[in-house]
Amino acid sequence: MELTGAQALIKSLEMQQVEVMFGLPGGAILPVYDPIIDSSIRHILVRHEQGAGHMAEGYAQVTGRPGVAMVTSGPGATNVVTPLADAYMDSIPLVAVTGQVATSSIGTDAFQESDITGITMGITKHNWLITDGADIPRVVAEAFHVATTGRPGPVLIDMPKDVAIKPMEWYWPEPSDLDLPGYHPVTEGDPALVREAAELLLAAERPVIYAGGGILKARAAEALRELAERTGIPVVTTLMARGCFPDSHPLCLGMPGMHGNYTAVTAMQRSDLLVALGSRFDDRVTGRVDAFAPEAKVIHVDIDPAEHNKVRRADVAIAGDCRLVIDELLFALGALGLPHSEATRGGSGGAPSDAPPGAPAAAGSVAASFPRQRLVPWRAQLSEWQQRFPLVYDQQPGSGALKPQFVLERLRDATPDDTIVVSGVGQHQMFASQWWRFDHPYTWVNSGGLGTMGYAVPAAIGAKVGRPDRTVWAVDGDGCFQMTAQELVTASSERIPIKVAILNNAYLGMVRQWQEMFYGERYSEVYLSPDLPDYVGWAESMGCVGMRVDSTEEVDSAIDKANDIDDRPVVIDFRTDAFEKVFPMVAAGASNDDIIVDPSQTGGDR
Amino acid sequence: MSVYGADKRHHTLTVLVENKSGVLARVAGLFSRRGYNIFSLAVAPSDNERFSRITIVVDVESAPLEQIIKQLDKLIPVVSITELDPAHSRERELLMATVDAGPDTRGQVIQLVGVFEGKIVDVGPDRLTVMLAGAPSKLDDFEDLISGYGIVEMQRTGRVALPMLERADRAHPRPGTTHDTEKAG
Repeated sequence: MELTGAQALIKSLEMQQVEVMFGLPGGAILPVYDPIIDSSIRHILVRHEQGAGHMAEGYAQVTGRPGVAMVTSGPGATNVVTPLADAYMDSIPLVAVTGQVATSSIGTDAFQESDITGITMGITKHNWLITDGADIPRVVAEAFHVATTGRPGPVLIDMPKDVAIKPMEWYWPEPSDLDLPGYHPVTEGDPALVREAAELLLAAERPVIYAGGGILKARAAEALRELAERTGIPVVTTLMARGCFPDSHPLCLGMPGMHGNYTAVTAMQRSDLLVALGSRFDDRVTGRVDAFAPEAKVIHVDIDPAEHNKVRRADVAIAGDCRLVIDELLFALGALGLPHSEATRGGSGGAPSDAPPGAPAAAGSVAASFPRQRLVPWRAQLSEWQQRFPLVYDQQPGSGALKPQFVLERLRDATPDDTIVVSGVGQHQMFASQWWRFDHPYTWVNSGGLGTMGYAVPAAIGAKVGRPDRTVWAVDGDGCFQMTAQELVTASSERIPIKVAILNNAYLGMVRQWQEMFYGERYSEVYLSPDLPDYVGWAESMGCVGMRVDSTEEVDSAIDKANDIDDRPVVIDFRTDAFEKVFPMVAAGASNDDIIVDPSQTGGDR
Repeated sequence: MSVYGADKRHHTLTVLVENKSGVLARVAGLFSRRGYNIFSLAVAPSDNERFSRITIVVDVESAPLEQIIKQLDKLIPVVSITELDPAHSRERELLMATVDAGPDTRGQVIQLVGVFEGKIVDVGPDRLTVMLAGAPSKLDDFEDLISGYGIVEMQRTGRVALPMLERADRAHPRPGTTHDTEKAG
């Protein structure tokens, strides 16, 4: 069967079970857009190519399936550079298809030519420039294979216009036809190392499981829960891992890091064994590396062996898929005599318990027997820290300035437990991660590694496309919102009813916080007006329902009204306190021992 | 001045890569963006036309060798990496130099080239172009001595290397360590 290169490309995407792609056409990709008319794949027309990339990321993060973005050459391609870099940092499977000028024009500085494979070499797992139509099906199959296996990540396929136009003989490759002689990702852990890890686990007195985004990538949330419950070891969940272990679970310590809670940060500092599962010792977690967890031995499980010993030397480094390695670890622990716990898989399942976050374990459950008995003093210490240093804020009733944390608590309590929360980057992101209660995996979507402002709106659209059955709330800052808000036009026209809570403090709030704390209150280029733009008017002009909330009394009714709307996007402009800062905080370059808690907890003034 | 002496800062990696366009850029790009220093780099087709071999002399003070190898291994077109410890490998390099050699010094230069078993490849009225192949340290010595006569232009290829062969009288042969069993995801 003879197809054009363009038809072969679309058919190849169909063969990969792609159900939706996000994109925007242009000159070089024009031939590829023609067969989309006849394809089963839904195409969502974005207003800016960056939006297409972030939508594909949001889609991938909630579904676990690769997101697909399709754009034209030159500026279209360079506009997806940020999403590719973002997906590379956060290990998100993303397939970008870019148009390219005709092969005969490559290298001549032709109209809308850019060397996108060169530009994206350092921010993709791999990329391909197709020069022969006969390669199309094989390259698409290779691209999806590379994006989704091993440590997931973004890939890019560059498709010259003449290759898209010329005919080729259609085929679909068998797995053995893939030409990847240098790509053999590991999956199972080395049994000898797993046994060593199990022995360390049983000997530790102050262990902490340091769960990272790899748990979610490996779909290992249930396995993690079983490991924690059988061993009684408490769990911190990094920014990328929020939701992989229920916040309401008695063993959950919440988020560590620069804006982590005191107990999570300090538990790692005082630990004698860190069990790093799919986490990578990011500088936002470790603080000053040479002062990080000084007494801890380290077990480091990661599917990417290059993460081992990159930042922190591991005592036991296991290369493998987190879910498989945890299962192996559980087996090894059983062989060493660790009994099964009562509440494991199949028992309470993934359902949240009613216990409030940080509540001590009920006596007689997880802390009952060997080796959990050994952990009793450690767990008591953790409980004491939790009681002394909970997350706090001070919402004055009535006309007092609206606190962002208050808004988030009301929003959290008024939405279903499995609501997907998507954030941008900055104070609002940290507040959301701190104050939401994540009890289900894949309910938290944010830009972790790259810290891409403007991520929330498009990523929320992608998440809603992937999970139309869920309520999707974007929690955004006013600075972030202004970067990508135009995608709400996409959401309105495509009937994708996301909800956006802007925590509008009229500042680039996180930068403002640093200037206040570390630059002597010299505020340089951080003020944004609360009223310019008019967020309500802007939202309405984009086909959304717009609301504005100035005081505490209006919060609940606005949220309820937003939750009732299901036929169009909703934007609420929450006018929040510009002076509120995110605490706790570990200053950049400081040791985690020097964590700054809320001033009210040290006896100072707020 | 020794560009590459046998000191411990240097390690030689021979990297088998797919013979596809852009592979060298991927390897070089990885080194630059991760801040790894390259002392020399030589690329040539291997005995299998599907693959090329890149021989890289790396500065292991700029980053731990383990990280360099593991990050290289993550590149999809990298098929295998063999680490060659200088003490257990045969390393060779080619040097070409155009040297001032007027009537007064020509005889001495020719003699020096002869001592090092090099060759004269071009002769001009007051200059000679010479070549020398050998172990990098031998080239360093030659370079030191010949520079006294005035080097007009010089090129070195960067080294290539193969593991030492096993011999009956060597109790513990140590061929290169090959990192191709586990690939990064």
